[in-house]
Amino acid sequence: MNGFDEIKKIIVKKPLKLDCGVTITDYPLAYETYGKLNQDKDNAIMVFHALTGDQFASGKNPVTNKDGWWSYVIGPNKALDTNKYFVICANVIGGCMGSYGPSSIDKKSGKKIGINFPVITINDMVNAQFNLLDHFNIDKLFCVTGGSMGGMQVLQFIANYPDKSKIAVPIACSASHSAQNIAFNELGRQAIMADENWKNGNYELENKSPDKGLSVARMAAHITYLSKKGLQEKFGRKLQERDNIKFGFDADFQIESYLRYQGSIFVDRFDANSYLYITRAMDYFDLSKNSKGDLSEVFKNTKTKFFIISFTSDWLYPTAENREIVIALNAINADVGFLEVKSDKGHDSFLLDVPDFLNSLKNFVDNSYKK
Amino acid sequence: MKEEFKIIANSIQKNKSILDIGCGDGELMKFIYENISKKIRGLEISKDNVQKCIRKGLTVIEGNAEMDLQQFPSNSFDYVILSQTLQAFLNPEKVISDLLRIGKTSIVTIPNFGFWKVRFNLLFKGTMPVTKTLPNEWYNTPNLHMCSIKDFVNFCNNRKINLFKSLALTNNKVSSINKLNLNLKNLTSELGIFLIEK
Repeated sequence: MNGFDEIKKIIVKKPLKLDCGVTITDYPLAYETYGKLNQDKDNAIMVFHALTGDQFASGKNPVTNKDGWWSYVIGPNKALDTNKYFVICANVIGGCMGSYGPSSIDKKSGKKIGINFPVITINDMVNAQFNLLDHFNIDKLFCVTGGSMGGMQVLQFIANYPDKSKIAVPIACSASHSAQNIAFNELGRQAIMADENWKNGNYELENKSPDKGLSVARMAAHITYLSKKGLQEKFGRKLQERDNIKFGFDADFQIESYLRYQGSIFVDRFDANSYLYITRAMDYFDLSKNSKGDLSEVFKNTKTKFFIISFTSDWLYPTAENREIVIALNAINADVGFLEVKSDKGHDSFLLDVPDFLNSLKNFVDNSYKK
Repeated sequence: MKEEFKIIANSIQKNKSILDIGCGDGELMKFIYENISKKIRGLEISKDNVQKCIRKGLTVIEGNAEMDLQQFPSNSFDYVILSQTLQAFLNPEKVISDLLRIGKTSIVTIPNFGFWKVRFNLLFKGTMPVTKTLPNEWYNTPNLHMCSIKDFVNFCNNRKINLFKSLALTNNKVSSINKLNLNLKNLTSELGIFLIEK
């Protein structure tokens, strides 16, 4: 894939001690920005991406040539209006779009790091991205937001830096990965590791790629992003370019063909080891672990204004889990609003054209900026 | 703005913290936010209304008071407002005890089932009353536990709830309710407005 030379990067000099104990330094952090930072530097929004996202949140992704993953949200006059705000989005460490990750080259050996990459956490990702505030000389962000794993990073950001953002909008997320979340991630990892081309994570050295495993991982995950109703309405039992079933294991049904396609295009843009590391980081996410399950304690020092959004048909990060964050914030009398948006589009709703979601996000952000 | 909201707003001191339970589209909240106190939050069950509140720049949590009030800590607000919603709860008694726990002062308003038009409907027409403050028919009313001004006053007395201000509203006219005029006000008032404390 081309376009990698268009990736903006900083090299972070400041050492970062990861949760696993390893310290990293002089590591690359890839980012993209949209809109302009104003003179007062009070219009900066940091957007955090989800599991398979990257820094190209809007516009055209120069590597994949596809629209950015949050094109519905970020842009002129959109929910995060780039006529008004300066939007920063970084590729998480562990990712594969230019930030320090398993597909980075090890300086000593000159080879890809692969499975020797240290295990990272959501906390590590957020601490790495915090360096961008220094880079842009921003003392305090106006807003931090993101959905799914991006929402987890929002929560972690406020927990780590309680006075560094005026408002926070965690979307379709959870403060602690559930057994079901971990189970689905494990399924994906096992699919990758069961591929003979994975080679214990050293596939790059042998010029192989565990495409089948990664593709199955994506197919399984993709199902969790949609709702049963959404799938039924879109595909039902419709057959794929045939009049009748063929009594074989070809893709008879459209849903099979669709999933296979989603799996096949995913392997072109995503690194299998990155998938292992990032899903692991999500599984380790348990924000109130250090406060013995007391989530309120985590946020007790913040004056940040929260707005939490969930979706009715999201069964991966259901409303009840989002509401637990609201309850924890209420318990400390934090400034928190909450909306469950009606949508049949499942967990993926936060990435799609869901007007109630986009309008509410815009109204909240714009009203908060005025004050 | 309706007279009821003006009376509620006038009962609130400047810059105090307020929780408006069942805040609807945020009309009262917005008035209070702009004129009395910025420290106001709402709880509302309808998604449409929550979105209207967000459009107005108000902080609102989508939720159901009967389930969600328990999450608010004790004495966390100076005022808790419950406007014409008490009668729609499955367990109004529990909601009142949550109000008293959360708020230092609670402002409760009720459509008065003792109002003469209500009594007239039932007595002479023999049908469930439909009035300005009780606009629904029996088969589609959200109201489960109707009470009169006198019922509410008795309830507070029995539970030793400090009912320190009682007002009656009819045709946009406000008057005080006291021991002597209770029976009369119970007959002539459309709405009761009560300030209560633990």
